[in-house]
Amino acid sequence: MSTSDMRPDDGSEAASGAYILEARNIVKLFGDLRANDDIDLSLKPGEIHALLGENGAGKSTLVKIIYGALQPTSGQVFWQGAPVTISNPAAARDLGIGMVFQHFSLFDALTVTQNIALALKGERDLKALAGRIETVSADYGLPLRPGALVADLSVGERQRIEVVRCLLQEPRLLILDEPTAVLTPQEADQLFVTLERLAGEGCAVLYISHRLEEVKRLCHDATILRLGRLVARVDPQQESAASLAKHMIGTDVAALRSGSGAATGAPLLELAGLSMPTDDPFGVALKSIDLVVRSGEVVAVAGVAGNGQSELFDAISGERTSKSADAVKLAGAPCGRESITQRRRRDAAFVPEERLGHAAIADLPLSENLVLTHHAVGNDVVRNGLINRGAARDVMARVAEHYDVRKNLTDPEASALSGGNLQKFVVGRELDRKPGILVVHQPTWGVDAGAAAFIRQSLVDMARSGSAVLMISQDLDEIFEIADRIAVISRGELSEAYPAAELSPERIGLLMAGTHEKAGRDAERGAEA
Amino acid sequence: MILRLERRSQRSTLMAFLSPLLAIGLTLALGAIMFVALGFDPGKALYIYFIEPLTSAWSIEEVVVKAAPLILIGVGLAVCYTANVWNIGAEGQLTMGALVGASIPIYFPDWQSPLVLLLMLVLGIAGGALFAAIPAFLKNRFSANEILTSLMLVYVAQLLLDWLIRGAWRDPDGYNFPQSILFEGWQVIPPLGDGRVHIGAIFAVVAVIIVAFMMGRTLRGFEIRVIGTSPRAGSFAGFKGKRVVLFCFMLSGALAGLAGICEVAGPSGQLQPHVSPGYGFTAIIVAFLGRLNPIGVFFAGVLLAISYMGGEAVQVELGISDKTTQVFQGMLLFLILACDTLIRYRIRLVSPGR
Ligand SMILES: Nc1ncnc2c1ncn2[C@@H]1O[C@H](COP(=O)(O)OP(=O)(O)OP(=O)(O)O)[C@@H](O)[C@H]1O
Ligand SMILES: [Mg+2]
Repeated sequence: MSTSDMRPDDGSEAASGAYILEARNIVKLFGDLRANDDIDLSLKPGEIHALLGENGAGKSTLVKIIYGALQPTSGQVFWQGAPVTISNPAAARDLGIGMVFQHFSLFDALTVTQNIALALKGERDLKALAGRIETVSADYGLPLRPGALVADLSVGERQRIEVVRCLLQEPRLLILDEPTAVLTPQEADQLFVTLERLAGEGCAVLYISHRLEEVKRLCHDATILRLGRLVARVDPQQESAASLAKHMIGTDVAALRSGSGAATGAPLLELAGLSMPTDDPFGVALKSIDLVVRSGEVVAVAGVAGNGQSELFDAISGERTSKSADAVKLAGAPCGRESITQRRRRDAAFVPEERLGHAAIADLPLSENLVLTHHAVGNDVVRNGLINRGAARDVMARVAEHYDVRKNLTDPEASALSGGNLQKFVVGRELDRKPGILVVHQPTWGVDAGAAAFIRQSLVDMARSGSAVLMISQDLDEIFEIADRIAVISRGELSEAYPAAELSPERIGLLMAGTHEKAGRDAERGAEA
Repeated sequence: MILRLERRSQRSTLMAFLSPLLAIGLTLALGAIMFVALGFDPGKALYIYFIEPLTSAWSIEEVVVKAAPLILIGVGLAVCYTANVWNIGAEGQLTMGALVGASIPIYFPDWQSPLVLLLMLVLGIAGGALFAAIPAFLKNRFSANEILTSLMLVYVAQLLLDWLIRGAWRDPDGYNFPQSILFEGWQVIPPLGDGRVHIGAIFAVVAVIIVAFMMGRTLRGFEIRVIGTSPRAGSFAGFKGKRVVLFCFMLSGALAGLAGICEVAGPSGQLQPHVSPGYGFTAIIVAFLGRLNPIGVFFAGVLLAISYMGGEAVQVELGISDKTTQVFQGMLLFLILACDTLIRYRIRLVSPGR
């Protein structure tokens, strides 16, 4: 793609001639809420442009407008200098705009190829398409199995589908809404290589992220939003992560207080020889997992996505039960065969990775989403099989207030919350119960720096007040920030949990790489004894 | 210019309300065209079809008699469809309920006691519920598609009924007609007043109230809604999809069975080859037209009952085949489903080539 065909069709628009996309005075109202309030944005070909802002700042809203998924209340979008009305995503794709959504838009029951075919106009020959998917994805270092069912794929792999789907359309502008929130550092690095290569080929990239380090590394320019308004346009290379965060939030991000080191007590969560076969061909079987989490500590499970994290979460939560009751013990009670409801009654709480569709239902109001996990835990929300809506709303309001869930209605549907605000809600919903045992998977996925710090602080506080906290995460910075001990999962096997101080990121990398390490160490042990 | 469907950013509440009204309007318009094509005055035909049934006390009573089973079955199906459980076989469950309930007066023709009626109703409910448990079991155990199994079981039930009333259960004094003995005394449901309306109408109202309460206020209703929208989130909530499938099938089967026994112990007063004029299928339309909402089902049941009456009326008065009833009902279902698209999508005119 050469820059010569990027010139505007209309010579009189020379001022904006260099821009491939320009949005002027964009306003978007949701009821009374000004989700976008007079925002300007412009991108040049070959530029990687960051769009930053705290949760609910209006980032997703703005890019959905550019992609035609939402219509602006007022304002104008220019494409290559000419004013355009992008009435729907298909029109955007015709212009050459591709987008990877914050929440995926894939059909679980279809294969990778079928999903991609749905988005490409006039794509009939699925065999040829599968071939193209394989070459393009390998070419850009984002390997995909065209025949795999989406339901069987990890979040990271699902996202690769979305990226590859855009790449196949040879976009001139690629929008990514928090793409790395769910990726491992390695996967993220690979994505950056892909994006830089695309930029080199002249494609403009609009990039939304809460991870400021990667923004500094990748982006040439940044637009910062706060409460729907444009607050700054800066060069991220000239800023520090802290100064960027300050632009976004308006104040400094609080540093984590971990309190005294972990004073650990009784074991509250015990896994002993937990094995679980997988019935789907791309799932990961759990192999004889041992782990103890004691009262007062935060234990983290690190690992590359797709190494059995979801399976481990399901096995601990009871969404999948194991054959042996002793494989999982909560507060000393064997409950490997118990359902998730029975485990909740043992004072355990769970926060899964996917907030929409697993932790919460898009079409239900927040108060009903609260009932999902509170119906069996002996509070007032459900009594004698009857739902007390008033009580559910009260608890929901308390969660929203305490965890700063920003919403523009008293009880909106989950889909009307911004991604980060919904995440704060699903985490807060469990923390509000003050559970003795808390298992969280990717607790700060898509949450802004300020809110992420707050959630991590809450996890630490929860542990210090006597709970056992198990956090499954791919974010090593997060793990080192709050974990007392760290175990690494790899191909369904879990390493021993080492005190965080004894581990370096390099060593974790080694542990992630394979199972030999563990075996080696065990052998050493045996020899020492 | 071409028409294009475009996804709305949010579901439109207005359209959720307007869609059934729009569908009814379009059905009337298409119906008028059909009457013109058949060579009749459309105004007059539509009047006879939809208004006349409401002009005499007799026909209003008849509307109530027909609406009662439609509503009973319709609320049960509404619960099923909310849970994404596709029970298409209510007609079979109705037949089975009628058949099992009627076994009491057929085997004990001389037994007269209030207990008889009670037992007949209970057996009718049980017959329908257990017959509905078959497709539920097949789905839970073997992942068999419940649309097919429940539909096929309709024919099983109907053929069983046919076999019985042409054989073992045939009235010996019935001049060889395929029908059972006439029920009497405590074997029939007492009428309300002196018309044809009987207690079945009250059952329908009670069922609407109970189901509305269950769906709106109870954890069970919530479970059904959650499993229907998101099985994955439902399992995270600790709800069991299979239990919901069984519950929904048995609930709707029970209500269909009750409707069936009320038919034979009410208006017919005996078992005949056809227990109902297709109430079990028409109730599918009732459930959708009523937005899967029990209160909505109530009104939809009344409307569809009128369409049955209208079909008979145009046949009598204008000599139009009563197949028009089915045409109307079919158009209505088709148009509701089509109009429902507007809840999530809007229609736009776009110029091609952009
Ligand atoms: N469909 C909707 N209906 C009503 N309000 C909405 C809707 N979508 C978004 N909002 C509101 O608009 C505001 C901006 O949301 P948006 O999703 O753009 O935030 P964001 O910057 O992407 O945040 P995050 O980082 O959490 O994803 C939020 O307050 C949100 O509650
Ligand atoms: Mg967002």
